[in-house]
Parts: sequence; structure tokens; C-alpha cells
Amino acid sequence: MSITAKWLRYSASAAGFAVLTAAANTASAETVIKWLHLENQEPVVEVWRQVADEFEQANPGVKIEMQFLENQAFKAKLPTLLQSSEVPSLFYTWGGGVLKAQSETGVLRDISPALDANNNEWLDTLKPSSIAGMTFDDKVWAAPVLNGVVSFFYNKELFDQAGVDGTSIDTWSDFMGAVKTLKEAGITPIAGGGGDKWPIHFYWGYLAMREAGHDGFMAAKAGENGGFAGEPFVNAGEKLAELGALEPFQNGYLGATWNDALATFGDGRAAMILSFESTGRTQASNSTDGKGLAEDNIGRFAFPVIEGAPGLVTDNMGGLTGWAVTKDAPPETEKFLEYYTSPDVARRISAVQKVIPVTIGVADSITDPLLKSSAEALAKETWHQNYLDQDLGPNVGAVVNDMSAAIVSGSTSPEDAAQQIQDTFELENM
Amino acid sequence: MFPTVPGDFADANGKTRMTTTDSILPPPVGPAPKMRRRRSLAHTKWPVVILFMPPALLIFTVLVILPMGEAAWYSFFHWNGYGEPSKWVDFRNYKLIFKNSAFTKALINNGLIIITSILIQLPLALWLATMVTRKIKGALFFRLIFFLPYVLADVAAGMIWRFVYDGDFGLVAGIFHFFGAQPPFLLANADTAMPAILAVIVWKYFGFHMMLFIAGLQAIDKSILEAADIDGATGWQKFRLVTLPMLGSTVRLSVFFAVIGSLQLFDMIMPLTGGGPANSTQTMVTFLYNFGVTRMQVGFGSAVGVILFIICVTLAFSYKRIFMKND
Repeated sequence: MSITAKWLRYSASAAGFAVLTAAANTASAETVIKWLHLENQEPVVEVWRQVADEFEQANPGVKIEMQFLENQAFKAKLPTLLQSSEVPSLFYTWGGGVLKAQSETGVLRDISPALDANNNEWLDTLKPSSIAGMTFDDKVWAAPVLNGVVSFFYNKELFDQAGVDGTSIDTWSDFMGAVKTLKEAGITPIAGGGGDKWPIHFYWGYLAMREAGHDGFMAAKAGENGGFAGEPFVNAGEKLAELGALEPFQNGYLGATWNDALATFGDGRAAMILSFESTGRTQASNSTDGKGLAEDNIGRFAFPVIEGAPGLVTDNMGGLTGWAVTKDAPPETEKFLEYYTSPDVARRISAVQKVIPVTIGVADSITDPLLKSSAEALAKETWHQNYLDQDLGPNVGAVVNDMSAAIVSGSTSPEDAAQQIQDTFELENM
Repeated sequence: MFPTVPGDFADANGKTRMTTTDSILPPPVGPAPKMRRRRSLAHTKWPVVILFMPPALLIFTVLVILPMGEAAWYSFFHWNGYGEPSKWVDFRNYKLIFKNSAFTKALINNGLIIITSILIQLPLALWLATMVTRKIKGALFFRLIFFLPYVLADVAAGMIWRFVYDGDFGLVAGIFHFFGAQPPFLLANADTAMPAILAVIVWKYFGFHMMLFIAGLQAIDKSILEAADIDGATGWQKFRLVTLPMLGSTVRLSVFFAVIGSLQLFDMIMPLTGGGPANSTQTMVTFLYNFGVTRMQVGFGSAVGVILFIICVTLAFSYKRIFMKND
């Protein structure tokens, strides 16, 4: 009772606040684009603000308001927010099942008219695969902005100390060998964020991709061959359990957040991290001294393949993120996004945020060596799989995260975990 | 004119029941005076009822009855919170809840919190209350110190203790390093996380219960204790046979708050562990949030809310009926 009551009280006060701000807004006869983001790093927000200011200057009468919500709060609040009077004009999206669910309820606006205008002027500047990733039911529900790839980043010094060569890790057994060698040398092999769970889902997800391969994975999503309870997924769980049994993570990793894990890597307290393309920046900003590892001390290698399994080393797991536009957003919103994704702006944002824009031609001009290596991996990829906790929707995704952490800590068997994922998947898709 | 019966001047409510004209009439038969009284009562009370009832009723309906009814309705749907719920699933959400091991764990944890409150927190609070109500130097200062944790916001307390428990940089780690030992990661271990949280709960709320006890202790008539002194009672006897029985209603109230507080515990758990590791520190409300809200399972979450509501109402009413009926 108290929860719903509390919740309603909050909404009631929020509604009151909304009335106040609405009154303030109508007083100035401007078009206001409300931009909801979840970026908490100051330099990134700064460059975004600059872009917004430039757009405001070029378009008199348009005002862009930036609104920030913390990641978890954003996810929890979005359904209510999108259906309230305080709906933002554009908001961050990871695509996948969540965007699909949002698109089906009519809270979003199809941006294809804007993309197709003037003979596909905007559309032609963006990578086709990125457009495809935001398309459901033949409509484009968000402007794609970035794509990325999750891969291993390693501390070259610590690898040298243990006598491990990062560039020669190709297979899962190579990787397991490296973990053992590091451990024997008294070095914590991997930084992990088990408290947040999703950082561990990268392991299960990649192992499942390698075990099942593209076709096997798609078959599972179609409910064939036992779905996610099928053999490749149980095998993936077993491999993850074997890794967990080596105790490769830092002490207390099951309570660690993602930022803790980045700090562990950035401080040089662990030799590896399975992480996003932006790791060069985030390991530094999260490290204890704020500087982290030197750029040339960090190496990158793709998630290893499994001998005899169909998954390829060029099959990538990574994000495709963008900005979704809501139904009643001002018409200038798409124009702003077109400006935001234009090559020059994308290049500037990429330089600060250390990300790989989907704007054609921008990825090639990346100079940061670490980011460049990720961009090259993206350029020659054979399959791009979105994060499973986005792709499979919030519910199945959360179970995948739970099960990944449970397998690696040994509290659930791989078979039970695979079955639980499949059960939830069936419930969601019945 | 004089009333025939002195008692007729006024009834227990102090209202004049019979006028002097009444007194010369034969004694009333049947319910006549009662009816008159009801009518006059109604006369005076109706405007008050009409004026004061609607706001309260409206607020109660809008903030309690409606959301509860909606939650009960949603709990029969498979619904992600967008649009209108349309996929009716009968009692599936309830079945899933009772099959979920994290929910069982949450129930056990809520029980643990109640037990800890009663066995550790309340005795501690009572003991400290008896200390700081004595007329000793600095008693007031200590009252303030002990009450301070309660003033802190739950989320802030949770974040502070997350730092304290941190095995790399925290206070606990510092203590272990001082003795040359390997520090534990209390919140990262499924076996130690809940005890660690229980310790924080005791730390956070004992001051509140202590204040209740201080108020209760101050209400005890000093002369009774003096009488016990004269009868030669020892300190322990005075506490056990005089103070404690006279604090009965405060203790019952304290336990009641502890029970309700346990069922509502959320704000502090989220920054500490978020319900992990492996759901070992889930409470009913964190379960609702983690499995309902963040997973966009509004139907499922509503079902948890309904169960929580039933537990709350049952506990609150039966506790009041059984233990607090004379308070």
C-alpha cells in the first residue's frame, strides 16, 4: 500500500511541478526541445551543450533544455515519464526489445520522413546497419548515433610481468591459460562488476555467441532446438562456471559496481577487463588518481573463439545507441538530431566521448589508437549482436544478467540457468 | 424551577438532557429521550461531517483506495507499463511470485529484520534510554548523539556504510589492515551481506526507539519508584517489576514500528547492495522494485504490491487487536 501511495504522492507533486513549469514555458513563446540524457561525465555534457547552443543560434526561437537522469533511475522512470505530460522530446535509447516495446505503444514518432527528406539527404549519411538496428515494423524509431564493440582490454605491464602475450590470445583455452598464468604470478586477472550483474552478462553472452554461432543464436530466439535451454547455451554456462572456478576476479567483485570494476582496472589492480570501446576514457575517469593507466599501456583483443564451435572472432557484441523522438516533440527535434549526427559534430563528440559514431566516414578518421582498434573491429564485423539485456527485452535481459552472475559465482548450475532464461523467454513471448 | 432528579441536569457528555418542562411529564417510555439526543447530535454534527469528511475521504480514496484497486487490477495482467494492459493472465503473476526463490528470501529477510529489531535493537534502545534519562552530566548530549543516525536520510546512511564496508578503501578495511589481516568484503559475500545490513539497521534506528522509551520513562510517576526504594527493591527489581510493566504500551508501540519499518525497508538497501549478491539481501520492497519496476513487469510488480499490502494490513490490524487493544 505504502509503495503505491508513495508513488502516487510523488506523481501528484510532480504533476504540480509540471503545471508550474508548463506555465513558465508558455510565458516565453519559444519552441522547447527537452533532451533527456544519462551522461554524468562533465566533458561529454559540455560538448553536447555546445552542440545544442550552436543549434539554438542557427535556429532562433528554439531552445534546448538538457535533463539528466541517472541510468537506473532513467530505466525505472521512463515508462511513466513517456506517458505523462512531462514527456521529453528526445531521450537516450539502446535500441533492442525496449525500443520495440516503446514503439508499439505509440509514444514514439517514426523519424523516417525526416531521414528520407530531400532525397534521403540525412539517411545517406548514416551506416545502413545502424538504421536497421533502430527499425521495427518498417519504421525508424530512433536516430542511431553510436555503435560499439565489447572486447577485452589489458594492462600491458601486468601481462609482461606475468609473461603473457595479449596479442596471441585467440581461443578460449588460450584465455584460460592466460588467466591461470596471471593468477600464478600473483596478479588479479580480471576486473569484474558483479554487483551490477550486466558486466558479467558480457561473458555469458559472448560465450553463447561463440558456442551457438549466428544461426544457432537466431534459431534459439525463434524457439528452435530447445531455445536458450539448448546445448550451446548450457555449454556456454559451463565454460563460464569453469572461469568462475578459477576465481579470476578481484576480491569482492560480487558487490562491485561497473565503476568499481573500471577503477580496479584503471588503478592497475587487475590485468584485464571485458568492456566497452570507450574504456580508454572511462578507466581513467574512474581510477583513484583520476589519471588511470597510460593509453599506451592498454591493449585490446577480441573475445576469444571456442575451438570447434561455429562462432567467429568477427562476431561482435556491442551497443547501438541513439536518440528516440517522442510523438509530440517539436518538429525541430529531427533537425537537431540531423545536426548532431552531421560528420563534423560527430567527429567532435567522438573525440571527447571516445565513441564510434555511425555517421559514415567518421570512424575512419579516429586517431585515438585504442578507439581506432575497436572501430576497425566494427568495420570488418560479420555479425553485430546488441547487448542481450537490451535485445531480449528488460525482463529476459535481467534474468540473463542474474544468471550470468549466478553461474560465475557458482550459485546456480549452467543447466538451471539456461532453463530459467528459456522459461522467462517463453513467458515473455507467449 | 427545580429539577426533580438532580442527575437530570446533565448526562455524561455534559449536555443537558432534560429540560424543566420534561421533568413534570410522566417518566419517559421507551427510546424517546435517546432519539431526541440522536437528533440533536445529528443537528450539531452534520455540518461538521459535511465540511470535514470529503477532503479526508477524497485524499484517502485518491491516494490509497484507487492505487490499491488499480494495482490489484494490473496484477492480473502481463503488462510492461506502456499503453493499456491487455494481456489477462489470471493468477499467473502470483504463482510466479511464490515460485521465485528471491521472494522467499525477501520474506525471510523481512522476518530477520523484525527479529533483530526485537531481540537486539529494542533492548539496546531501552538500556540506553534508562542511562540517558538519569540526571548525569552529558546525558542530553548523548541523547542527541544517539539520535543522530535516525536524522540522517536512509539513502545517505546506505552510501556512508557502503564506504565503511568497502574492502579496499573502507573503515573496515582500514581496521583489518591495521592488524595486518586481509580485509573481508562484507557486502559482496552472500553469507555476510545480510548481517552487515542488519548492523546498519540497528545503528540507524535504535535512536528512534530510544526516544520513544525516553518519553515513556519520563511519564512514569517517580513516587512509585520511590515507594519501591522504601520497600527495599534493588535496581534490577525496580526495573523488572516497576519500570518495564509501566513501559508496556511504549514497548508494544516500538515493536509495532519495528515491524512496519521492516516491511517498508528499501532506501537503505539500494545503495548498500541493491538486493544482491545473489538476492541474499532482498526485502519485499527491493524485490518489488528489482523484479517489477526495473524489469518493466508492472503486472508482476503490482501482484507483489498486493501481497505486501495484505501482509501489512493483516499484521497491523492483528497486532493492534491482540497486543495494543488496551493502549
